[in-house]
Amino acid sequence: MKYEKSSDGRSLNVKLIGEIDAVNAMDIEGRLLREVDGVTDLVFDMTRLEYISSAGLRVLLQMQKLMKSKGNMTIINVSDDVMDIFRVTGFVRLLNIEK
Amino acid sequence: MKEIIIDATRDNLSEVFVFLQDVLSEYNVSRKLARKIKLCVEEMYMNIVNCAYTSDRGKAHILFNTLGVENGETPLRAIITFVDTGVPCDPLSKANLDMESGLDDFQIGGLGIFIVKETMDDVGYEYKDGQNIFRMEKIIDLYAKD
Repeated sequence: MKYEKSSDGRSLNVKLIGEIDAVNAMDIEGRLLREVDGVTDLVFDMTRLEYISSAGLRVLLQMQKLMKSKGNMTIINVSDDVMDIFRVTGFVRLLNIEK
Repeated sequence: MKEIIIDATRDNLSEVFVFLQDVLSEYNVSRKLARKIKLCVEEMYMNIVNCAYTSDRGKAHILFNTLGVENGETPLRAIITFVDTGVPCDPLSKANLDMESGLDDFQIGGLGIFIVKETMDDVGYEYKDGQNIFRMEKIIDLYAKD
């Protein structure tokens, strides 16, 4: 799993690359919680995210709830495999996914 | 039949993935279907880690069986069974996700088993002789393309 970020003031763009599973989800969550301090616009670029399990979905849900009170969170460039999981779980309704 | 017996810990998930990749490499499983099976294996393995062994450590036993090849039948049926000796833990007893709930009232509990039920063709659970036994089945079309 690789995590690349670019920041511009109150905007944070995070590229999630590879796979998010039960082993690395907590690390990603901890890193995000530290880095969104002061951020009002959070973007997840999932162009190269190939796999996500329920552990990763929990992180996204928590971040969406957190950002709701701080500003916006948007998910962009979702692969077909990941979008399948978003659809099956109903996360397409819960997350702000840009198509 | 292929099997792995492993300490049921979060970190050993990577060993489970190696086992699964090795097993699936013997069949012409599409990349997309392999990811779906991997996802369900993770969810059920982590159910053992997080539910069956909340206080004690123990083993997870995962068995991979197929039906159909011997008879020349297609599609193939892959049967994956998870066995542990932890506390009784029936994942199928968890309530289904409320697909109508909004962001604030969405209950995340049961997300993993919900994914498994939606993805697999058949699932079953029993507690027998001090063991949780969870079985899931997926039909594999050997001629499917991604």
